[in-house]
This record gives sequence, C-alpha cells and structure tokens, in this order.
Amino acid sequence: MNPRGTRLLAGRSLLVLFMAATAVPFLSLFTTALAPQGSTPHGISWPSHPHWHNFVDAFNAADLLPLLYSSCLIVLGVVPICLALCAAAGYGLAVLGFPGARLVFGLLLLGLTVPIESLITPLYYQMQSLGLLNTRWALILPLIGLFMPFGVFWMRTFFQSLPKELLEAASVDGAGPWAAFRRVHLPLAAPAVSSLAILLFLWTWNQFILSIAMIDDPSKRTAAGALGAFQGHYGTNVVLLSAGALLIMLPTIAVFVVFQRHFVKALLQGAVKG
Amino acid sequence: MTLTTDRPQAPGRRGSAPRRPGAGRRRRRAWAGLLFTLPALVPYALFVLRPLLTSVQYSLYDWNGIGVARFVGLDNYRAVLTSSDELTPLLHAFELIGFFTVIPVALGLVTAALLHGLPDGPLARTARVVLFVPQVIPLVAAALAWSWVYSSDGAFNQLLRAVGLGGWSRAWLGDFTWAFPAVGVIGAWVLLGLCTLLLMTGINKIDPTLYDAARIDGTGPVQEFFAVTLPGLRREIGVCVTVTVIAALASFDIVYVTTQGGPGDQTMVPGLQIFQLAFTQRDVGLASANAIVLMVLVLLVVTPLQRISKGAE
Repeated sequence: MNPRGTRLLAGRSLLVLFMAATAVPFLSLFTTALAPQGSTPHGISWPSHPHWHNFVDAFNAADLLPLLYSSCLIVLGVVPICLALCAAAGYGLAVLGFPGARLVFGLLLLGLTVPIESLITPLYYQMQSLGLLNTRWALILPLIGLFMPFGVFWMRTFFQSLPKELLEAASVDGAGPWAAFRRVHLPLAAPAVSSLAILLFLWTWNQFILSIAMIDDPSKRTAAGALGAFQGHYGTNVVLLSAGALLIMLPTIAVFVVFQRHFVKALLQGAVKG
Repeated sequence: MTLTTDRPQAPGRRGSAPRRPGAGRRRRRAWAGLLFTLPALVPYALFVLRPLLTSVQYSLYDWNGIGVARFVGLDNYRAVLTSSDELTPLLHAFELIGFFTVIPVALGLVTAALLHGLPDGPLARTARVVLFVPQVIPLVAAALAWSWVYSSDGAFNQLLRAVGLGGWSRAWLGDFTWAFPAVGVIGAWVLLGLCTLLLMTGINKIDPTLYDAARIDGTGPVQEFFAVTLPGLRREIGVCVTVTVIAALASFDIVYVTTQGGPGDQTMVPGLQIFQLAFTQRDVGLASANAIVLMVLVLLVVTPLQRISKGAE
C-alpha cells in the first residue's frame, strides 16, 4: 500500500471513530429509554423486552404537548421579527450606507462576544420592573436583542457580496430605497435569510439559561428549559428521563434531517457565533 | 438629437446634470440607510447595551435584589480578584480551554490533514450529518445523556470492565479528581464535529499547486503540514479557536445539568457562579462584578485571536 493510501485509511478510521464516539451517548440514552420503568439498566444493552410505551408515558408525564406549543410560540415571537430587522439593517448598512455606519456596525460587533451570563442578572430585574417575569415576553424580547449582532452581521455580509450597480439600476428605473429593497435586494437574499432562520430557530429552541432564570413555570419555557425541570422531577426515574430527553431532542433532529444540506452550510458559516 | 449634443457638456457641470445621483439623492439615501438600520438597534440597545451598563452599576453596590442597595465602590471587584471562591471558577474556565479548544482543534487538524484531497464520498457525507448532531440538539439533552454515560452503571464503566479495567470504574461526575475532566470531555465531544468539518472544508480550498510545489521540493508529510496546510487553514483555525474559547469561558448548560459545580467546587465555572450568586444567594453586586470580569476576559482573549486570523488575508 502506498503512503497516500495509508494516510487516507488512517484519516477514514479517525472519522469513523469520531462518529462512533458521537453516537455512544445517544445509544445509551436510547437503550435506557426502552428498559422497564423503575429499573436501573447497566450501560448499553438492548433490553429483552423493549418498552416502547415509555415514550408515551414520558410524553404524558412531561406534559409535552403544551411544552411544544410554548416553544413554538417563542420561536414565532422571535424568529420572524429578527429576520425582518436584520435584513433591513444589513441593507441599510451595506447597500445604502450613512455617515457613522462603521461606528454603528462596530458597536453591534461588540455584542457578538458578550456572554449571556453577563446580561442575565440585569435582564431579570429589567423584566421584573416591566412586569414581564414568568411570561414568554421575558424570553422573546431579550432574545431579539441578543440575536441582533449576529443577524445584522450575517445579512450585511450577504448584501456586501451583491454588485453595487443593483441600486443604481433600480433608481434609474425610478425605484426609491424601499422599492429597491422589496423588489430587488430582498428576493436575492432569500437563501441568506432562510439560513439565518434555521440558525435562529435552533438557538431559540435550545435556549436554556434565560429560560430557567426568567420563567418558573416549565410549561411556559423553551423545550430545553423544560428539560432542566424534568430532570429535577424525575431525576430518580432514569428510564422516563431518558425517554423524555429523546422526545425533546426529536424536533431539532427532525428539522436537521429535513433541511440537512442547508443546515450544514448555515452552521459552518454561522460558527462565528458559536 | 438634443441628447447627443447635451452629453459633452455634462462632465463640466458636475452635480447639476440631470439623471446623475446628485447631493440631494445621496443625502436622501443616507437618511434611508439610517432609517433601515435603526429598528435593529432598538432591541439591541434595550436588551444588550442597557443591561450591560446596568451590570456595571450593580457591580458597585451591595444589593440583595429587594432591599436598599449600599454603594461599596470597587469592593465587589476586589472580592472577585482576591478571594479563592471567586478565582477558582475563573481558573476552571481557562482550564476548560484545553478540552473545548485544544482537543477538538488538534484532532480536527489531524483528520483534515489525513483526508486532504479525498473526493466528496459517502463517508464524508455521512460524517457531515453524524458529527453535526451534537451542534443541533439542546446542550441540556447532551449533558443529560452524558451524565448517564458517566454514572456508576453507565456505558463508560461498562467499557472499562469489558477491557479489564473494572478497578477504575467509579461515578465519574461525583469524583473529586475526575469530575472536571469528565465535564471537559463533554465539551470536547460537542465541539469536535464542528471543528473537524470546518477544517475539512477549509483544507479543500487550499490551492493544490502549493502541495505540488512542496512535493517537487521533496518535502515530507510532516513538513508539508507545517509549511502548507497550517498556514492555509489560518482563517478556519481562527474561527474554530474563537468559537470554542468563547464556549469554554462562558460554559453553563453542561455544568448546570451534570454537576451543579460540584463535588465541592471542583467543576464550578464563572457562568454558573454568576447564576447562583444572582438567583440563589441574591448577591446581585458580586454576581454583576463577576459578569463584568467574565465579559472583559472574553474580549481580551478573543480580540487578539480575531486579529491573528484576519492578518492572513
């Protein structure tokens, strides 16, 4: 075997090893979820009588239906408005421009590195004084603000990649900035907007710390936040907990599989945010 | 006809020629630019910049969140930077970089270098799906799965017993020595796929003639890695390191679910420390001083990283 062949073989083996390591926790969760309730299964072993009904029990015990509804409400409150604000601001900064645009953009970039833990305490008291604690608004409003730096950054980068002549051409045709945005730039930005939508959906759905800080009632939280409470309630019932964790993961994995191509591209590009 | 005779005069009378974007239109466009940008700045100012400033204000007070706040100057910062209770989490945050950054980037680099030049086959496509799953699911769920893997009846001990190392088996997350590395491995697991895929994508963008030139010069594979691959991946490495370092310094979800900072304060990290100070111990001032210190640390670490990776372009 030539050296190149050996190298590729070693690379492939590493990749397979990584995939196996990635799968182990999920396998462990899955086999545990199928064991008889009240038992403590040992490691990864296929149960002799898989208890598929555990998933139904977990679904009922965790009150998953209102939870999924709540998560959807939060996503619907956050994502569309973020997309609109970010697309407009990206267009304003990259295509139209104005004196001080660089300064404004720099201010937004600062927000890319601010850890959410640094904002959580003042946000809590801010929501308290607005009387919004324990409502979904206490999640929706801060999340919109928190997503602005990345979203605007993302849309601005896209609009900068478009040819400058587009706006000139549109204004010769008599279109103002608004008409050019609606009829020329926004339709061209559809792929960038949908990638951003996927990322924002994920980050909202998986949001944990804001969720547990702002909302006491798990059924009003995001799915990830509710999973934290679920752990507290059923910490001793490992089987039910595993089944519940799998059910809460399911929507994110389903969306991932459906939009797979889009997703990988968006996540690789969106890595800047982490 | 008038059009053709008009034309030559136009350059001499800039600005007044019709159909030219004049000063008026440019000014109108600038106003429009501001108007388009403003709506995004409102939530950003209200829910990021304002809390940031409030945090600075809180950090100068002794306040339990309900009663009267007492101005204490820089006392909270002094506590953060001198008491071991507050310093330990900061130290842990930097130690986590070893797990969250060094391991995923190093392993990702090795894989990318080995697979360099491999056409996009079914293996690469499968890897792109499988290795991405940890990025997609809630971190909380990943942490739950791992705490079960690490438990005394879990898959990890099962593996140890299978290879005859049963004497080593223990409840890993409850062990004073091993809880911290165990938590670190979860972070490495989450970020390994992202780094590997980013670096694999990046290496395929390196100009192949560079490799040909290296081969003609008789460079060995190791030399080639340092002379061609590493410089060529500078941007991707920059992104990987930035993302993973922020994830390490600002970790919360994984620790909250697996150990709550314990046993003792073996796995306490700044994010969890802030959360507990603010919402359990109701020491808002100290929590805010921690928050500001954490933010400054992230900025101090990330800014030079950005400069290094951008310097390549």
